[in-house]
Formats: sequence, structure tokens, C-alpha cells
Amino acid sequence: MSKRNTTRLLVPLVAILLGFALGALVLIVTGRNPGAMFLAMFQGATGVNLKAGSFNPRYIGEFIIQSMPIMLSGLSVAFAFRTGLFNIGAEGQLIAGSVAATAVALWVEAPPVIHVLLVLLAAAVVGGLWGAIPGFLKARFNIHEVVITIMMNYLALFLNNWMVLYVFGSKDRIKTALFPATALLKDDALSALTNGSRLNWGFVPVLLSVLLFWFVIEKTTFGYSLRAVGFNKDGARYAGMRVERNMVLSMAIAGGFAGLAGAVLTTGTFNYGRFLPGAEGYGMDGIAVALVGGNGAFGVFFSALLFGMLKAAQPLMQSQGVPKEIASIIQASIVLFIAMSLGIETLISKLRKQKIEALGEEAGV
Amino acid sequence: MKKSIAVLLLGLVAAAALIAAPIKVGLVTDVGGIDDKSFNQGTWEGIKLFAKENKLKEGVDVKYLQSTADADYIPNLSTFADEKLDLIVAPGFLFEEAMKTVADQYPKQKLLIIDSVVQKPNVASAVFAANEGSFLAGVAAGLKAKADGKDTIGYVGGMKFPLIENFQAGFEQGVKTVLPNAKILVDYSGSFTDAGLGQALAAKQYNAGAYIIYQVAGGCGNGVIKEAKERSAKGDIRWAIGVDKDQYADGIYAPGKSAILTSMMKRVDVASHDVAVMVRDGKFPGGQTLVFDLKSKGVGLPATNPNLSAAIIKEVEKYTALITSGKLKVNSVQ
Repeated sequence: MSKRNTTRLLVPLVAILLGFALGALVLIVTGRNPGAMFLAMFQGATGVNLKAGSFNPRYIGEFIIQSMPIMLSGLSVAFAFRTGLFNIGAEGQLIAGSVAATAVALWVEAPPVIHVLLVLLAAAVVGGLWGAIPGFLKARFNIHEVVITIMMNYLALFLNNWMVLYVFGSKDRIKTALFPATALLKDDALSALTNGSRLNWGFVPVLLSVLLFWFVIEKTTFGYSLRAVGFNKDGARYAGMRVERNMVLSMAIAGGFAGLAGAVLTTGTFNYGRFLPGAEGYGMDGIAVALVGGNGAFGVFFSALLFGMLKAAQPLMQSQGVPKEIASIIQASIVLFIAMSLGIETLISKLRKQKIEALGEEAGV
Repeated sequence: MKKSIAVLLLGLVAAAALIAAPIKVGLVTDVGGIDDKSFNQGTWEGIKLFAKENKLKEGVDVKYLQSTADADYIPNLSTFADEKLDLIVAPGFLFEEAMKTVADQYPKQKLLIIDSVVQKPNVASAVFAANEGSFLAGVAAGLKAKADGKDTIGYVGGMKFPLIENFQAGFEQGVKTVLPNAKILVDYSGSFTDAGLGQALAAKQYNAGAYIIYQVAGGCGNGVIKEAKERSAKGDIRWAIGVDKDQYADGIYAPGKSAILTSMMKRVDVASHDVAVMVRDGKFPGGQTLVFDLKSKGVGLPATNPNLSAAIIKEVEKYTALITSGKLKVNSVQ
């Protein structure tokens, strides 16, 4: 591996380690036991309770459940970012996707597998359209996508709530009727396999999305022209690439990933459409996931697992007297350290130099 | 075998009343959090009181898990169930679906849901006649407005579902009973957490002439109280009515002055405490619905109301007697 590549891998790893160290430090300073936190995280990811020596696969299932939506919203943010666009709207695209998923789940009758596929397709398409709007406004009128996507998050939230209350006809005013079994990603076999967790088939579209992201961005001409726009818009235009079209398409695909997350949540984690009192933070988590994952498919995959583990470990941590805010502190400081990547890189190269010099001295040069 | 040991233990405990029963209680909060100054906090206070009475250790024998999103309810309840706590408490209607799932998955786990009825043999349900207490709050508000020559009164609810509309029904009836020509403004924020939204709605209603606002919106309602405080501190006296707990202290804007006229107390603390006691004594009311109303002192106004005149308190007591004796029927939405 070349030196540049190792540095590229080392920087996030160092940032992650520093994040955990900072979290542990906060615990020590506030008089709590950081050991309990690490034990809880280990149990959250593996289901193994080192202290009691017991194993409960339910935690593995919940760990995957927590990782899936943020993996997709992370892909969404990362995809737009590769084209030089900052998609703060993953939250709204996700909600738009869940509205579409709810509509197809409730209104369409179809045989088992086909119904689920229709739900996923509808969510991805509507999420994509929701993402394409700010993409179009950016390409056509040069309106900044950050402003539009944030505003559209609220539009999606209130649209969802209005639909749940008045269109889907909520009886208790917090959720729609339960979906028919044909529309669900839920599967009793998967749940039984993990001791009654909510594990469902949602991981299949999630993993396919990771592969699709990698293939499109790294292996196709289209992906190359998207990245070219991200590197230098004017250069790409000069080279004859259709910058405006690429912006709209990039935002549409980004929205599609987020919309899919809406379907995975609505028909996998839940089995009904929900009234949302406020944003749930999946979009914001997606930004963190994308940043830490370096906006690459596999980087996003691993960083979503990391943040999913932090989420999944929260009940265990709290039960051991570790406040849930610690997980947020760790997450935030990892992002912060990633943002300071230049500093970390300098640090690494300095350490390397010292080592080389030390080696040199030893050799008597 | 296990059961007989448990019975034996209980017998020992009953014999030696000084020894605390070894029971563990867990609370799972909704997204409002443990310090919402209302619902979750109240439930936790009941459990804390139980811990104190039984010399249980906080964080070990009694503890809580806070939820960040709806998706956390089931894993949080399951984590406690895996730890085999003796009782898990979940405050709120929003837990209904999660409670059903977890009750089926852990059929031996004793569960308590507050504000909702879940028909499972291992779930106890506690519900409140919030309309009755709200009627008294309405009477107090109506009389206060009348005494000060005002006629507009506001109501700010959180999410608009029957449970919360029930507060509104009782309150409106109470106001109209003592002030028939009162104008009542009604708004729902759609949130139990967004204090900024609560404050904006309160500002809107106060601008429209509301003299007193009854807030039934949890953390969002704290914004209503904030607006009442800010106006009163500037000399434009406005009142807010607290909910769930006695919120007098939250409304203090100057020494000895609080913008909280009175509070409609919904004793979720009594519910969590009493059911914990029942579990300790081996009398868990599984599958049953416990009703907390004015008669059982599960709802009502606080014992002391510094901002209500003696005449108003006397009237409130008169209506309390009418309701508890069954002579007056309070409207309800269920």
C-alpha cells in the first residue's frame, strides 16, 4: 500500500480513537467508569456480555437495525458530495420516501415479494424526486442547495403529518393503520434467529445500495463525470460535460438512497406510518456518517456500522449509568477530529519522520 | 421451585418490615426525556419515592433509559426485560405498540403503561380522568378572569389525539360553567418537545387577548410558561396553568411572584409508585386497568395555590365535591 493510501486510512482511525478517548475522558472527569461504556459497546455490537459471560444475539439484530437507515442517509449525503453538492436534505428525502412507502403499503394490493419491491421502488422514486427539486433549482437558478434542502425537510415533515392525519386516516392520530403482511420487510424467521430482535430483510436493499454507489461512482463514465463536476465545475463544463444535468441527477440519486431508508424504517423497523412531532436526526447522522466515511461507498459502510453501534449500545450504556449523551459526544468529536484531518496528517508525517530519523541514527547515517 | 422461593422471600419481607424487598424497577422515557418537568419526570419521581421508602439504590435497583426516537422504544424495553427487572414502567400512549410487542416477547415480564390501555395479562394499565382535573382548572381560570374583568382564555395542546383533547373538553366545560360568555382560543402545536413552538403559540394567543393559557404540551408547554413569565415580568400580567406536576416554581419571574395560576396535577408519580408497591407485595394488577380520577386523588389542583384567592379556592372545592359525589358529569373525549 502506498504511503498516501495508508495515511488516508490512518486519519479516520486516529480520529475515531481520539473520539472514544475523549468520551472516556468525559466519563472519568464526571466520576463514572469508562470501562462500563466499552463493555456496553462490545455487547451492543456482538451480543456478548463479557461481565456476565452471556450471549444474546438480539443485540446483533438491533445493531444492524440501527445501522441501516444511517447507512442509506450516509450514502445519500456522500453521493451528492462527490458532485460537489451538500445534501442537508436526506432527512426530508427519507420522510418523503416513507410517505410513499406508506401509500403503497396501504393502498396497493400485491403478492408477498412483489408488494415489498413496489414499496421500495416507490420510496426510492419519491425520495429521488424530492432530492431532484433542489438539484434542479441549483442547476437552473443557482439557488443554494443547502437552503432549499433544509426548507424541504420541513415541507416533508409537515406533508407526512398531514398525510398521516387526513389522507391515510389515522384513528389514534399518531399512526396509520397497520400494514398488510405482504408489504413488510419484517420476517419472523430473521427475528427468531436473533432472539426476537427487529432484524428484517431491509439489509438486502441497503447492501445493494452500497454496491450500487461504489459501482456508479468508481466504475462508470457517468460516475466519472459526476466526480469531475465535484472537482471543478468549470473544468468539467469546458471538457464538455453536462454540469447542470449531472447536478440534478446526482441529487435525485442521493434522494433515492434516502427515500429507500424511509421504506426500510417504515416497513421494516415499524409496520405503520407515523406522525412525526419533529425530525428524527437520520439526515444529520447521515452527514456525520458520510464525513467519517470519506464519502466513499465502503467508508460509509464502516462508519454507519460504527455510529449504529453507538446507537445500539445506548440502552446498555444507560443501564450501566453511562448517560446517553456520551454517545453523542463521541460521535460529534469524531466528526470534529475528521474535520481536523490536516492536523492529524501533519502529526502522522512528523511521527514518521522522527521514526525514520531515529532509524537513521541507529544505522549511523 | 423458583416461585416457591419467591413466595418464601416475600413472606420473610412481610415478617421483617424493616428489610427492603429486593425488587428492581426500570423506567423507559419517551422522547421528551427524564427532565421534561412533566410527564416522564413525574413518573420517575414516583419510582424514586418508592426507592427511598424501600432503601433501594438509584441507578442500580431503580433506573431509567431515555429514548431518542420512536425506534428506541422496543430496544429500550427489551434491554430492561433482558435484565429481568421486576417491573418496567413506560409513561405514555406513544408506547402502546412497543408495549404490545414486548409484552408478547417477554410473557413473564411485569409491565406498566401509563395513559393507555394494553390488554395483555402481563401489562397493568393506568389511566387518568384528566377531564375532571381540567374542569377544576377551567373553573379557576374562569373565575380569575371574571374577577379581573377579562373574558378570553387560551388552551395550547401538544399532539392532537383524544387523550389530550380530553383535557380540552373538561377545561372548556369548567370555564363555561363559571363564565358562560368566555372566549376560548384553542391551538395544538403537534409537539411535546418544541418549547419554541409553544412560546410562539402562547404569544399569538396572548396577543389575541388571552389572559390565561392552559398548556397541555409537556416540554413544548414550557414555552407557554416562558412567554407568560416574560410578559408578566414587564408588567403585562398574563397567566399560565401548569400540567401534570405542580409547576408553580417553573413560573417564578420575580421573588414571590409566579406566572403559574395553578396546575392540573396528573399524579403519574402516584401511579408508578403504587404499582411498584403492588409488585413488591406480590399483588401486580396484570391485565387490569387502574383508573386515577378526582375521587382517588389521581388528578386535581395542588394543595396550595398562592395565586388563587380564597373565594376561588372555595368555589373549586364546591365543584370538586359535586364531581366526586357524581352529581356533576364532566365531558370527555375518549
